[in-house]
Amino acid sequence: MENLGAIAVLLAFCLAVFAIVAGFVGGWKKNAFLAHAAGRAVYSVWFLITVASAVLVYSLTTGDYRFAYVAQHSNRAMPLLYKFASWWGGQEGSLLFWSWLLSCYSMVVVFTNRRRHRSMMPYVIGVLMMTQCFFLIMNTFVASPFKMLAVGRTIQSVADGNGLNPLLQYPAMAIHPPMLYLGYVGFVVPFAFAIGSLITRQPGDEWIYTTRRWALVTWLFQSTGILLGAGWAYAVLGWGGYWAWDPVENASFLPWLSATAFLHSVMMQEKKGMMKVWNMVLVSGTFFLCIFGTFLTRSGVVSSVHAFAQSSIGPWFVGFLAIMVAGTLYLILDRLDYLKTESRLESVVSRESSFMFNNLILVAACFSILWGTLFPVISEWATGEKISVGKPFFNRINIPIFLFLLFLTGVGPLFAWRRTSLDSLRRNFQWPLIAGLVLVAGLLAAGMRAPFALTAFGLCLFVAWTIVAEFYKGASAISAKTGGGRLAGAYELTRRNQRRYGGYIVHMGIVVMFVGFAGSAFNLDSTVEVNKGDAFSLGHYQLRVTDLTSGDNDNYAWNRAAIDVNKDGTPLGLFYPERRFYKSGERQATSEVAIRRRLNEDLYLNFAGMSDDNQRAVIQAYVNPLVSWIWIGYYVLLLGTLACLVPSKVRLQYARTKVLGLKKKVYAPAEK
Amino acid sequence: MKTYWKFAALVAVVVGALVWLAVGGINEDKTYYKTVAEIQQMGPHALGKRLRVGGDVEPGSIIRKGRQVSFVLRQDKQAIQIVYDGTAPLPDTLKDGAQALADGRLGADSVFRASQVQAKCASKYETQPGQAHPENIPIRKAGV
Repeated sequence: MENLGAIAVLLAFCLAVFAIVAGFVGGWKKNAFLAHAAGRAVYSVWFLITVASAVLVYSLTTGDYRFAYVAQHSNRAMPLLYKFASWWGGQEGSLLFWSWLLSCYSMVVVFTNRRRHRSMMPYVIGVLMMTQCFFLIMNTFVASPFKMLAVGRTIQSVADGNGLNPLLQYPAMAIHPPMLYLGYVGFVVPFAFAIGSLITRQPGDEWIYTTRRWALVTWLFQSTGILLGAGWAYAVLGWGGYWAWDPVENASFLPWLSATAFLHSVMMQEKKGMMKVWNMVLVSGTFFLCIFGTFLTRSGVVSSVHAFAQSSIGPWFVGFLAIMVAGTLYLILDRLDYLKTESRLESVVSRESSFMFNNLILVAACFSILWGTLFPVISEWATGEKISVGKPFFNRINIPIFLFLLFLTGVGPLFAWRRTSLDSLRRNFQWPLIAGLVLVAGLLAAGMRAPFALTAFGLCLFVAWTIVAEFYKGASAISAKTGGGRLAGAYELTRRNQRRYGGYIVHMGIVVMFVGFAGSAFNLDSTVEVNKGDAFSLGHYQLRVTDLTSGDNDNYAWNRAAIDVNKDGTPLGLFYPERRFYKSGERQATSEVAIRRRLNEDLYLNFAGMSDDNQRAVIQAYVNPLVSWIWIGYYVLLLGTLACLVPSKVRLQYARTKVLGLKKKVYAPAEK
Repeated sequence: MKTYWKFAALVAVVVGALVWLAVGGINEDKTYYKTVAEIQQMGPHALGKRLRVGGDVEPGSIIRKGRQVSFVLRQDKQAIQIVYDGTAPLPDTLKDGAQALADGRLGADSVFRASQVQAKCASKYETQPGQAHPENIPIRKAGV
């Protein structure tokens, strides 16, 4: 059994090496036989990794504790779901999971393109399999999940495993890693096509059309993964927040930022033939950041709350990254002639310019977060002193960045291509601007003083207004023509140009999320030590502890408080924050927080522990305004992204200026 | 060309503002990583600076007094007394023998006043599941 798994990954590794050679040689020599063989090798690699994964999952679910990995990450008591989730619960397993996802993606790419891109595909396979090969080296030689405990020799038998950490035994947590992985691994596909297009000196933007949906889907997975992580942190960790600028969180956020920049700047290439080099840089950069994130969090280079362990896989990642970066740089520099821009920037107030600022800002955010995360390493290298920066640094630089981005979200899509007239500016922005300013004035008058929150609320209304106005305008025009209602008009409008209106919906989701983020300026919290019968208050809430109980069962011991909550005299019922101490392993403690979620604010109660004389309970109460908007915003974003993915009813043709060279003034046909 | 100059000027303004924010942010927020021994060597220089110190929690040293929690961090032979007085709960993983990091300032009485404490089970999670699950390690933050 264990040998089957180990042999399968070893064979997969050999086949991946073959696929690299066959791909590159087949593409280079234009040898159809070799190119075909490379494609077949991809299928075989998928099959072998699937077998290996099946072996691991089977051992995890049946509890074959001779496997070191199973003994560490599974146990008898866990429900089947979490036994299965242990597949990605530890380092070795998650690397295998990564490999498996990559092989799935590769297989889909090879299958869907089996009759297309004859010259490019062998190289695409080569690049995919290079990445696959790297992860298979990890699976086979560096972090094998098939290491066995010496049962029968030094160890008599292993009765039970350690089990998955109780904090991870939470439904959102079981799907959070696969989502992020799908997002991370998926970006290798646009990258592979970009490289394939560079190698074969493709004159057009074929790689962008082919991978547009890939990029969008993987971006959606990344967004989902990040939001699930935030939601889990909020609901399970008991510190009342959802984002802490921890290195591992940052590592997941970095590729998301650059992928977002990429999704925007490809539109410039599609419609205007501009920013071709930049798009190459962004797509490669995103892929490198995905790999880099893995490296950052596993190598122990940066100490994080998540990972301050050292591990041996760091140098491998550095080596792999160095090879890929060097190769990509060489290719881009060597092929600059094929990446010439086809039009020029005509006005600062234009769609082109707003895309450039969008990119600048996203990359600046990405860079600042990377800089902050790596600051201990950089400062140690430069001055010999290890200095870290934390939450205040990240907030200070990123709050203005994201407010500016929010502003661009509103104005960018309404700027015309090439140049925008003053008249159209007034027409589009007069009312949204007035609405935003009125809201800010109103909030000021109501006594709100937090400057960032005020700006954010004003901008949110401004952007939301512009988006709704766009839908309203288009829907009115359609309903006037067809005689249907405006809602039907809005639907028809979206169906005619899915990408554009889907994009607006995504923007709306971001706006809704920002309302939630801005709410954090008004968080309240209080920590109290209470006895049965004690009362305390926080904001509008009056809280009274009616009971303190404790007990234990097979799995854990618990302390629980019953808290009677009133809001301005209206009873809201009883809440039961609880603290559990799991018996397996290391007596891990977890918080079962009690949250009352409402649109305007969440009441969040955490049982932090008992005082040292064991007489009183330490209760933490938080009031977190508008947090629910973040989760709602995610669903809007999901809806918008799905709308982008559906093909439009009308196939839009974009006329493109086909003139190379910048000196000559080019009059492109006006487009929308 | 005029357009490009305007554009370049705008970019310069944006980038300049961000650099200014970043430099200010770093100066305001920088925390020095020090070992227990280094802090003791720094003597008066250590006072007032934001420091981060790591070590193992000395078994039996965790004492809760109301909201205040004190414990001893040990690194090889050196040890330092930590007092945590923040509002956020201490991480569940802070217990005897755990690896911990404390952020804060050294007082004149050579007691380290932490505003944030992070901790991690020493033995069980030495290999981190890591990477793509930002929050999946049994760690909780306390304080900000």
